[in-house]
Amino acid sequence: MKSAVIIFPGSNCDRDMVVALREVTGQAPLTVWHRETELPDGLDLIAIPGGFSYGDYLRSGAMAARSPVMRAVADAAERGVSVLGVCNGFQILTEAGLLPGALMRNSTISFVCRDVHLKVENSRSAFTGGYEAGEEIVIPVAHHDGNYQADEETLDRLEGEGRIAFRYAHETNGSARDIAGILSAGGNVLGMMPHPERAVEPAHGRLDGRRLFEGILEAIG
Amino acid sequence: MKTRVYVTLKNGVLDPQGKAIHHALEGLGFEGVRDVRQGKLIELDLEEGVSEADVEAMCRKLLANTVIENFRIEQGAA
Repeated sequence: MKSAVIIFPGSNCDRDMVVALREVTGQAPLTVWHRETELPDGLDLIAIPGGFSYGDYLRSGAMAARSPVMRAVADAAERGVSVLGVCNGFQILTEAGLLPGALMRNSTISFVCRDVHLKVENSRSAFTGGYEAGEEIVIPVAHHDGNYQADEETLDRLEGEGRIAFRYAHETNGSARDIAGILSAGGNVLGMMPHPERAVEPAHGRLDGRRLFEGILEAIG
Repeated sequence: MKTRVYVTLKNGVLDPQGKAIHHALEGLGFEGVRDVRQGKLIELDLEEGVSEADVEAMCRKLLANTVIENFRIEQGAA
């Protein structure tokens, strides 16, 4: 599987994402700086990591979403290349219009940094095949702006089309319908606030994140 | 020419920061505050010839996230 990790000024989970992809797929991902206007040829997966791109100026993910590389990411997503956005990566994907809705300040105002229980809602996507539908998994979150909001019509559509990938099992940040991760209409873009790359090896204490990467490897080779 | 762009949360969108400010005002003993909503003010210093339509395009493309925010343009602000 040929993958790439996009790096913005202020990304800080890019190395963890690189390690997770390398460990699980056996092939080191390429890293792409945000000023690039083209992506390497033949990518199967593009990962947009967590962090605080551009210091969260204006809105979380807003500046990064307008970076030159994001036009290439949007084109690739259009062609069906899989795109995974984690935490700030999820914020960037909504700001770029690749996923609907917006991620607002947590309803409690507090930064939330802990393990959370997630319910797997859809195990049929190219990202979630490593899980069983309805299963509860534990993956850490660390965010200030993870409160997912969209209008009722959009939320109903996401539910109806099976595009909610993960839900928080318990109230976490005020997200509408406890949404923790959503899929694009084509199913090839996943945005999620929890950090699967922080639960991939025994030293992390948890391995539930590893299964996401294993599922991706299984689905897209 | 100075132009101001006011970005505010749409009605019905929960504003946790506004709520926190409201609580802080109450904590300081200020009474009679029904609600607080926090927004942004962005000042643009524009060259002649930049139209309001141009500024509106800036708002839609970057300055506001129209999923959750409204914007208002005030041209020729002092």
